[in-house]
Amino acid sequence: MGPAVAVSELVKDYGAVRAVDGVSFEVERGEVFALLGPNGAGKSTIVEILEGHRTRTAGTALVLDTDPSSAGASFRDRIGIVLQSSGIDPELTVREAIDYYGAAYSRRVPTGELIELVELDEKADARISTLSGGQQRRIDMALGLVGDPEVVFLDEPTTGFDPAARRRGWELVERLASQQRAVLLTTHYLDEAEHLADRVAVLAQGRIVAEGTPAELRARAGSALIRFAVPDRVEPVSDLLAPVSGDIVGRGRHVEITTDTPTADLAQVTGWAAERGFELEGLTVTTPSLEDVYLSLVADDVNDAASLDGGDSQT
Amino acid sequence: MRTLWRCVRMQNRIFWRTPVAAFFTLVFPILMLVLFTAIFGNDAFDTVYGRVNSSQFYTPGLAVFAAASSTYTGIGINLASRRELGILKRVRGTPIPPWIYLGGVVLSAVWVAALGVVAMVVLGVAAYGVNVEAAKVPAMVVTFVVGSASFAALGLALASVARSVAMAVPTANATLLPLAFISNIFVPFGSETPAWLDLLGNIFPLKHFGLAFGEAMNPLSDAPAFEWHRLGVLLIWLAVGAAVAAWKFSWEPPVISGRSSRRRRTQPAPA
Repeated sequence: MGPAVAVSELVKDYGAVRAVDGVSFEVERGEVFALLGPNGAGKSTIVEILEGHRTRTAGTALVLDTDPSSAGASFRDRIGIVLQSSGIDPELTVREAIDYYGAAYSRRVPTGELIELVELDEKADARISTLSGGQQRRIDMALGLVGDPEVVFLDEPTTGFDPAARRRGWELVERLASQQRAVLLTTHYLDEAEHLADRVAVLAQGRIVAEGTPAELRARAGSALIRFAVPDRVEPVSDLLAPVSGDIVGRGRHVEITTDTPTADLAQVTGWAAERGFELEGLTVTTPSLEDVYLSLVADDVNDAASLDGGDSQT
Repeated sequence: MRTLWRCVRMQNRIFWRTPVAAFFTLVFPILMLVLFTAIFGNDAFDTVYGRVNSSQFYTPGLAVFAAASSTYTGIGINLASRRELGILKRVRGTPIPPWIYLGGVVLSAVWVAALGVVAMVVLGVAAYGVNVEAAKVPAMVVTFVVGSASFAALGLALASVARSVAMAVPTANATLLPLAFISNIFVPFGSETPAWLDLLGNIFPLKHFGLAFGEAMNPLSDAPAFEWHRLGVLLIWLAVGAAVAAWKFSWEPPVISGRSSRRRRTQPAPA
């Protein structure tokens, strides 16, 4: 039995445009794997190839040792899909929709259990057309899980959730992984990837530009970030900063030092300040966030203002 | 088989929860029968077989119109709308076999069509003295089944060609309504129509559906009153509709610039 998802040298062309350009990764059972990237990076295309919604141009893609492009009902019986782009019959109630779609699966989670899981108890007999956006995402989630899937595809599962619902959504995903399911998640929320994913692949322009655990990715940006502001009366700080080993960014009184030797650089800075008898305002030493790393990785790709949480134009 | 049955029941439930659809497919044609007889009268005239009411000829035409609306227009708009909402895409990601799902949509529409036809005929018999002969009922049933199947296939073709609801609705109306005027549906007594209109009517399936069904309700026809050549034309259109659907049908939501349905995320080639 191979990994739950195995992708190798995957390529997808739309006409002359190469949307996915030689992507390889694997997802094991019990693992949450996140594809992170700006809109248009190719995340959804990859996921839709793995779900069998799209055909690939080249490379291999195996889900549960099956080629999704030629797989039939028995394959779809074992996967669960939570897509941004798939609607639910608005005329049905929550319970009817779960009953209807659930009946198609050989292993089926009881409707009541699912409704409770996604906290739609009070809306169980409401028409889907009357649900809020966040509630509709929750029934999406329920319909993705109704067949007790071995592999779950989650395409930006918490978009439209309020912060509390988002936390509960995360707990649900964590529970999925603890049940030995493989979870492939796409997101453009960095905190979501950081919180949920065992491993993250950062995509830009159809390529994986970095892959690893969130901690490994963070480590790529240097081990520490020293920030402080010097008092107004202090003259330019070039004599202070000269011996510092890291990269220095100064904006007026504010100074940021990215460094792999935070101890030595911090000693230099604090020694210099103490000698002159003043305090460094807002002195902090932090680990760079995943966001810092992400922004540097996709920098070339986001020049044209495709923001991190960018709209819903395309993926 | 159980899955198919479940799909039919679900589609029926959805139909009855969509009052607009129920009105246009069931109530509207019946309303037309009421209006036609009110406006043009329900005069009886003598034939060699006895007196016959003119509603004897309105009823089959409008029954067929109800069947064609329910199947062709109903299926075409229904599937286009479901595709636009991403429901078809969801179905494609489940173990429900595609042909079972589409079979459920078609059978549900045919069921509604049957209700429409029965309601029309019952109203005709009860209120307007329309006569139904037992010996010709098999011809009525067979004609209904073949005609509905044909228009259902054309409904699938419509949903394949019209990518959005905004296209499917006018396309359905712009094809079926003019056709009804040249197919002896609204104007049943074959008044002096120009030859080219007559020819046009003969090419398309609605006239054959209407005349075959009308023949089975015509007191002047001989039982069993099967119009085999007209059923043959309907079967050819069934094949045409099925072929277009097999060639063009898509489960993917359409890419419409500047518009977005609920949470739809388009997937064009990245810019």
